[in-house]
Amino acid sequence: MTGSPPALEIRDLHKRYGEHEVLKGISLTARDGDVISILGSSGSGKSTFLRCINLLENPHRGQIIVNGEAFKLKPSQTGELHAANNKQINRLRSEIGFVFQSFNLWPHMSVLDNITEAPRRVLGLSKAEATERAEALLAKVGIADKRHVYPNQLSGGQQQRAAIARTLCMEPKVILFDEPTSALDPEMVQEVLSVIRALAEEGRTMLLVTHEMNFARQVSSEVVFLHQGLVEEQGTPQQVFDNPLSARCKQFMSSNH
Amino acid sequence: MNWELIIKWLPRIAEGAWLTLELVGIAVIAGLILAIPLGIARSSRHWYVRALPYGYIFFFRGTPLLVQLFLVYYGLAQFEAVREGPLWPFLRDAYWCAIVTLTLHTAAYIAEILRGAIQAIPPGEIEAARALGMSRWQALLYIILPRAARIGLPAYSNEVILMLKASALASTITLLELTGMSRTIIARTYQPVEIFFAAGVFYLVAAYVLVQGFRQLERRLRVDACQGR
Repeated sequence: MTGSPPALEIRDLHKRYGEHEVLKGISLTARDGDVISILGSSGSGKSTFLRCINLLENPHRGQIIVNGEAFKLKPSQTGELHAANNKQINRLRSEIGFVFQSFNLWPHMSVLDNITEAPRRVLGLSKAEATERAEALLAKVGIADKRHVYPNQLSGGQQQRAAIARTLCMEPKVILFDEPTSALDPEMVQEVLSVIRALAEEGRTMLLVTHEMNFARQVSSEVVFLHQGLVEEQGTPQQVFDNPLSARCKQFMSSNH
Repeated sequence: MNWELIIKWLPRIAEGAWLTLELVGIAVIAGLILAIPLGIARSSRHWYVRALPYGYIFFFRGTPLLVQLFLVYYGLAQFEAVREGPLWPFLRDAYWCAIVTLTLHTAAYIAEILRGAIQAIPPGEIEAARALGMSRWQALLYIILPRAARIGLPAYSNEVILMLKASALASTITLLELTGMSRTIIARTYQPVEIFFAAGVFYLVAAYVLVQGFRQLERRLRVDACQGR
């Protein structure tokens, strides 16, 4: 054990919608360089879990700790935990990248503006600095020639790569991927996966919710299987894919091969 | 059709048209400025923030513009506090009464347009802004308002054209704008067809120029590309 705190630590996360309890106490630790894939059937709470980590959804209980710094949370009237300190939450969010299933690029801005907007406004980069960073990232995700193009002129795969570049431009410590290829045509899935794979090989810390089983198996350092709001199975890819202990996980794996 | 009569009175009609454009121009720009905070507040999550703009919009959309003009022009003068107040030099003047009323009236409609536009933004785009670390205000200023402006622009251009025609009501409080001027000329010449025909052409040309102008603006702002996603 080293002295440095883990990049991301989640303790006992609970979330419910009305009476329906979606997350029933999930804990997870991502050390620097970890690539953790989160698997599970629809409705198992994978996306909700990911969205709770940067408070796009408000959990009801639990702790979220980024690089040793815990989110300051306070309960609201509805029992949800909300940010107690807006400045802190904005700063921590800027350190946690989030890649959406539906890309969520801003359609009224060029690709370059999409990428430079947040670094300029949040990190205070000059336009030239942000542009330089953005162009390097566009080259990295393979769409350098698209920088002055608008999102609706791009294919789905290109949009998602632009969205990944937008996230990377903030230089986040952890990146959360919420089913990044689920909205894509089959032939575009690979181009996005290869970008994510390259990021994994760089040693970036990532949490990945996905249905791409083979991919998860190849890039992950750890696989977590969620079922009915709980961690059902957790371990190395070999362990979880080949020798799952729980019956539910075994069934899920066999139906996906 | 007596063309000579039209040509003879054309300078006066143009004068009226100019006043119409002035009234409408000031009202829709001042109305827009007023509508921005109203529309933002109207789309707030908190009922107590929504309540005030809701009441304002309810009143101005729920009553006829003509009644509002009469209330301001004839009604305010009944109150001594207004007559003694610092704004009286303005409020005794039909021109300012018309400007104030048209502005307040159109602001209510524009605020509703803006609210609709803000609520039409796909939530994911706002989440993306927040997830990148933007504060509420940064997201509002840099993402939500520019995006809402594009969604609301076609409806705003519609509102401007409606105001162009609604401004004819200012003639009822003695203003000699396009309609008022035409009626004055007709009272003198007894030639309603020619004069109203000329006035109608002025309205049409103004509407046409506005439509074309907004079309250019929509193209520049890439409104089409942002819709239907």
